[in-house]
Amino acid sequence: MQPNANSPRVTGSLLTDPKFRAWIFQILAVIAVIAAGWYLFNNTQHNLNSRGISSGFGFLQQSAGFGILQSLVDYTESDSYARVFVIGLLNTLLVSVLGIVFATLLGFLLGVARLSHNWLISKLATLYIEIFRNIPPLLQIFFWYFAVLRNVPGPRQSLDVGETVFLNIRGLYLPSPTPTEGFWAALAAFIVAAVISIYIGIKAKQRREATGRRFPVLLTTLGLLFGLPTIVGLLFGNPFVWEMPELKGFNFQGGFVVIPELVALTLALSIYTAAFIAEIVRAGIMSVSHGQTEAADSLGLRRGVTLRLVIIPQALRVIIPPLTSQYLNLAKNSSLAAAIGYPDLVSLFAGTVLNQTGQAIETISITMSVYLAISLAISLLMNSYNKRMALVER
Amino acid sequence: MQTHTFKPDQPPPSLSVGPIAWLRNNLFSNWFNSLLTLFAIYLLILMVPPALQWSIFDANWSGTTRTDCTAEGACWVFVQQHISQFMYGFYPEQLRWRVDLTAWAAILGAAPLFIPAMPRKALYGLAYLVIYPLLAFWLLYGGFGLDIVETSQWGGLMLTLVIAVVGIAGAMPLGILLALGRRSDMPAIKVLCVTFIEFWRGVPLITVLFMSSVMLPFFLPEGMSFDKLLRALIGIILFQSAYMAEVVRGGLQAIPKGQYEAAAAVGLGYWRMMGLVILPQALKLVIPGIVNTFIALFKDTSLVIIIGLFDLFTIIHQATVNPQWLGFATEGYVFAALVFWIFCFGMSRYSMHLERKLHTGHKR
Repeated sequence: MQPNANSPRVTGSLLTDPKFRAWIFQILAVIAVIAAGWYLFNNTQHNLNSRGISSGFGFLQQSAGFGILQSLVDYTESDSYARVFVIGLLNTLLVSVLGIVFATLLGFLLGVARLSHNWLISKLATLYIEIFRNIPPLLQIFFWYFAVLRNVPGPRQSLDVGETVFLNIRGLYLPSPTPTEGFWAALAAFIVAAVISIYIGIKAKQRREATGRRFPVLLTTLGLLFGLPTIVGLLFGNPFVWEMPELKGFNFQGGFVVIPELVALTLALSIYTAAFIAEIVRAGIMSVSHGQTEAADSLGLRRGVTLRLVIIPQALRVIIPPLTSQYLNLAKNSSLAAAIGYPDLVSLFAGTVLNQTGQAIETISITMSVYLAISLAISLLMNSYNKRMALVER
Repeated sequence: MQTHTFKPDQPPPSLSVGPIAWLRNNLFSNWFNSLLTLFAIYLLILMVPPALQWSIFDANWSGTTRTDCTAEGACWVFVQQHISQFMYGFYPEQLRWRVDLTAWAAILGAAPLFIPAMPRKALYGLAYLVIYPLLAFWLLYGGFGLDIVETSQWGGLMLTLVIAVVGIAGAMPLGILLALGRRSDMPAIKVLCVTFIEFWRGVPLITVLFMSSVMLPFFLPEGMSFDKLLRALIGIILFQSAYMAEVVRGGLQAIPKGQYEAAAAVGLGYWRMMGLVILPQALKLVIPGIVNTFIALFKDTSLVIIIGLFDLFTIIHQATVNPQWLGFATEGYVFAALVFWIFCFGMSRYSMHLERKLHTGHKR
């Protein structure tokens, strides 16, 4: 805000000319920043030299030589630090995605429950939200990990749900699907079904716009997606069998193992973030004015159609931007994994790798840039979404 | 003469007023609602009695060692035995009155600010903001006739509060400057501020703390080293200032353009326009946002466990892994959760109260 940027110069002195002063000010600021950066860089160079630490990213090729609790891709101790980085990143993404899925489900449920006409349900949802959003996420992670999952029984006395899902101190054991020879046929059938569904969807939309007649797209799509693979499965044999975890000796064999760190982290992050998502959902639904519902009623739309075509699209416009920032928060909070030893990016790379190699500057910069890249990418997506969805006002 | 008397009013039907009607309207209005109610009652029965049983009726309230915890429920002896450690950390016992005094000075000093009729409030507030930090630092750290207590001995709730309060107090002015910079007409300043804000907002606090503890020593000239607490505080202030800047920016954007133009029209320069006209209005608008940032910071203080500072949560966690008191993790965490919850919930209520109180002139 330059109050008299365009006024004729009165005194003639350069010092009172706002444009000139703005230039000087900016040049000084840039020089100060560059000088500070140069000073820090110089200090760092000097410190590194005097401590005999070589900088650079060469260490990424060295063999890591330590084991990792959980890795989504193959890993042996002789693999390089670069591979450790990939594993850490994948583990971070895994827990973020799991957390986002569960937090969204729980959050939407709670948000709707808080708006319920049922007094008890809405009070319970409020209670949940007020409790969990006011307790630090780290405390919740520790609670689930140290107080709950450390106190479940050993493998022989596992808690189980119908003899298929087992929980013991070593982790959560789930049945895992194992593909059989019929798998590829079923997969092919699924892809064919998906292609047909998309075609039907396009055709149905064209017909609706041309003639106004509707076609039950959702039902046919669901029928195709589930029906076709089932028929193929009946012809070629089951596409996959469920491999059950079984107690053999001192531990469970088979099935799919979820380590307790991951269970604790997912639980805590979803429960914590769900409280915030619930409030966002509530605000979004409340932002759609009652007149919209009344207008839809007066047009004779049924309750479900009103919800689907009138309320939800308008509520989503309000919900999605803060929802994305909650997702980002969850991804950033997943770095708390370092505190309980879940092998995520921070704990593996800024923790173990840093301790082993001493390359503090490189490891921390890489770790920070990953989070920064994720954040910026999502912000950019969000901005373009907002531009597309913004109300076009007269 | 015949007088006409009205019959007394009939009582309203019992199904439309009173508790039964309330039940009917709010809990059993249709079959789906009734199902939900029954489900909620089932949930409550499943959770509330065992929780009460554990935490109150079956709990152990008195004793000195773990052997005194004989009953089934919670062992609050664990918390009782450690309470002074949870509050003060390793602060020397005979000097703990200094911490108490600091806290009382904060409360009593700030109390007049909450009296609406207080004259010269702004002046008093300013004096408080200048004098209190010096006093608090003198009392907590020492020097000038008091024994020095190194920051490595600070801990517990006291350290949590120190980190949160210093963090917010440092982040506030920096955040305001950054917000002004981001709204500036000068492209270079704007780019610098946007870069700074987006950088700190894009990374998790944990990496910032890692950075302040392992990278910061490399940045400084040789031989110069910082206290661990100070390093953490620098990281937290930089991190928090970016969030604060975005909150303040929200307030600046909400001020109508006419206010800027009017200020310029009466001949105010940039700083006086901001300081006297724009910021007082903008900051008032965003007080709830500032309190929310403070709540977030308060919860985030628990992360200093990563760099080995003993805040409230860390010290409780340490106590739960003490071999003499193993097996009381739940009690410890529940206590920690309760303390954090009371602070955060209290602040959020206060912010809602402020929001209502300050909502002047914009109501339609």
